Amino acid sequence: MADLEILEILSPGIFTSIQDLGRYGYGRYGVAPSGALDSYALRIANLLVGNRPDQAGLEAMLLGPAIRALADIVVAVTGGNLQPRRNKQPIEMWRSHFLKKDDILSFGSPSSGFRAYVAVGGGISVPPVMGSRSTNLSSGFGGLQGRTLEKNDILSSENCFQHVKTDRRAFNAAWIPDYLNNWSLRVIWGPQDDHFPAESRDSFLGASYKMSSDSDRTGIRLQGPVIRHKPDMQTSIISEGVISGSVQIPGDGKPIIILGETVTGGYRKIATVISADLPLLGQIKPGDAVRFKAVSLAEAQCALAAVEEKVHKFEASLK
Amino acid sequence: MGDRSLLVELGDDISPAVNQKVQELFSAIDRQRSKGILDLVPSYRSLLMIYDPLCISFDEIKAGIKDIWNNPDQFRLPQPQTVKIPVVYGGEYGPDLELVAQYHNLTPREVIDFHTRPAYRVYMIGFTPGFPYLGEVPDAIATPRRETPRTLVPKGSVGIAQRQTGIYPVDSPGGWQIIGWTPVKLFDPFGKPPSHLVMGDRVQFHAITAQETGQWQT
Repeated sequence: MADLEILEILSPGIFTSIQDLGRYGYGRYGVAPSGALDSYALRIANLLVGNRPDQAGLEAMLLGPAIRALADIVVAVTGGNLQPRRNKQPIEMWRSHFLKKDDILSFGSPSSGFRAYVAVGGGISVPPVMGSRSTNLSSGFGGLQGRTLEKNDILSSENCFQHVKTDRRAFNAAWIPDYLNNWSLRVIWGPQDDHFPAESRDSFLGASYKMSSDSDRTGIRLQGPVIRHKPDMQTSIISEGVISGSVQIPGDGKPIIILGETVTGGYRKIATVISADLPLLGQIKPGDAVRFKAVSLAEAQCALAAVEEKVHKFEASLK
Repeated sequence: MGDRSLLVELGDDISPAVNQKVQELFSAIDRQRSKGILDLVPSYRSLLMIYDPLCISFDEIKAGIKDIWNNPDQFRLPQPQTVKIPVVYGGEYGPDLELVAQYHNLTPREVIDFHTRPAYRVYMIGFTPGFPYLGEVPDAIATPRRETPRTLVPKGSVGIAQRQTGIYPVDSPGGWQIIGWTPVKLFDPFGKPPSHLVMGDRVQFHAITAQETGQWQT
């Protein structure tokens, strides 16, 4: 079926890009996954508008875009509360809304979290690159011409009319995460935790870090107590694969939490954020306090099962 | 490494023997095509396996690796292909060539001779899409990284960092000593595969003049 133009970007916001759940299987070619940083929010947004959970949506950061509907469509906004509005009237997050042709979706000043996700019934049609529609911003491919959205961009969709009946779906309020200003991230030690003396590991867990403003989609940089590796070791290690959630300690001793835009690295990794907490990484904002809590693999698996149960129960409730 | 990846370490150093083991294990696991393995990132001395913990467990992956380990006949690699890469050395194409020459008390011509001599092994692709880590550069021209990395290294730049040499496939920041530039496109997101070089390839550089670059440009 032919694509239909559905969205016109009136103003792009600070940093709005097209993302799905990421590009996997190309790590051997140095290609990082990219993808929605808060994958939980994107999956729920998609389900709210009748899409598959893995379809492409918009990821907006801090100050969201203003978008004109070019057709009758259904949208849902999830994730950080960037105060979505329809024709200047506030609309609720985590539920689907009908937009008539020429209605305008815009955003106010952010009240919690850092990134909002906009799903549109029918998804956003851009050509998949290596199996994904996610934007790889550092190398300039995927999404819309490999870049963030700009004024006057037009986005298309397939089958958007079939989704209009999903208007007014709502997500279970108890399953909407609270985005605060201080975060406790659960980690599993390693793979190079043994390169750090006991006092460094204690200070890593005991410290309260602050997210630095020079963070971006490649990593969350943290300010706080410096973590020293064992004195007889070099600053860097032989480059190897990293994943999002890897907590790297570079030469200056300030931790960096790797996000989805990096595939290899030459710094030691003291710990890895567990899968259940990865979506939170997209919602931490500069100035927020971050602490780490070490858990076991079994605890990580339980935590992930709990998150997945919410998504699956919601998905089942829609059938 | 966390609850959805496994790092298999096969040695502690940068050596062809260790890297060969990584490549063998990587190829064997890739051929298994196990459900739930999302991505494989082979590097100098380790293989990162990223998996979907809802599909496959840590123990199942470990069992798969043991199975491969106990059947070494699965370790078959094709003959490596040798890829020729033309390079314009020095001048605006290689702003650090003079510096590398001075550092080693060589002439730029001698640096080029040393750099084009070996058939380098592609140890891994990483850092940015399609970036090949090649080794080993002759000791005579091994040079430390620049103290202050450049904020923009143009696509196609050929650099040296210690005994490694590499090519920047996309414009990116970088700290390697840039001695030349190649017109060959190393990364094409629509290519199959997207990377011109893959792990295990051999790379042979040869010097060309700026006038000759046209025949490689796409």
